[in-house]
Amino acid sequence: MSILIALCAGLLFGIGLLLSGMADPLKVKGFLDLLGPWNPTLALVMGGALVVGMVGFRLATGRRTAWSGVPMQLPPPGPIDGRLALGGVLFGAGWGLAGFCPGPAIVAAGSGSMAAMAFVAAMVAGMLLHDQVFAAARRQSSAELAPLGDA
Amino acid sequence: MSIDWPNFAPWTALAGGVLIGLAAVLLLFGTGRVAGIAGIVGAACNAMLGDRQDHAGRAVRWAFIAGLALAPWLWSLVAAPPVGTPHVGLGLLLLAGLLVGFGVRMGNGCTSGHGICGLSRWSLRSLINVLCFMGAGFATVALLRHS
Repeated sequence: MSILIALCAGLLFGIGLLLSGMADPLKVKGFLDLLGPWNPTLALVMGGALVVGMVGFRLATGRRTAWSGVPMQLPPPGPIDGRLALGGVLFGAGWGLAGFCPGPAIVAAGSGSMAAMAFVAAMVAGMLLHDQVFAAARRQSSAELAPLGDA
Repeated sequence: MSIDWPNFAPWTALAGGVLIGLAAVLLLFGTGRVAGIAGIVGAACNAMLGDRQDHAGRAVRWAFIAGLALAPWLWSLVAAPPVGTPHVGLGLLLLAGLLVGFGVRMGNGCTSGHGICGLSRWSLRSLINVLCFMGAGFATVALLRHS
């Protein structure tokens, strides 16, 4: 059941991105271009999604399990640190360059756009570079600093 | 500041946003997961390299990704899907993809995870990340188009 719901949620998410014009990188760049003729589309997309999201997440507060019976898996509170900020800055730079963030890029790639497929391939490479090389090296060095481990 | 009226369709933007919000809430209630695309894609790809954590989540993640990728096909049953091209050279496009992939994993989220789900939960971490990527996005387009 989880799988069917996830498929429907992905389809609905993708349809929302298409309807709102977010699968067109020029609209996204039009929003990010404060010095040119500004396109407010993305602000309204975020606004619409946030109104529904805030109601939904409020209603979900206190739920122990999802409809499928599995436990709720909300992200645990994490630290506010340099990586949170630098990660955002690096992401924003790439977003501004191409006008794609992960969701719209996957939707556009699904439509057969070669440019979007190339972007998604590079994006996956960037993710694996971080998780498999960068984060793994950091874990390694912190393990060396604390050889006994801190539970 | 001038508004780019010819390319601004407020009602479809709002309606699309509402659908995106509904999709995130559906995933939350149905599967107990947050619709963070950077996290979902990252975990799916790490799992392919042998990361065995959260085995049960694998099919759920791939189903969500498949839904995203199949949305243009569903749309095409009615009309041609409104998908645009980035209008940058291949080198810049690949650099942009690398930056996006690396950055969203370092910051633990993207426009969906921090921007929609995180802000919906009133998360301060998400707000800080969103301000960083919005600021960098504004600066990058300013440099790209106006320098």
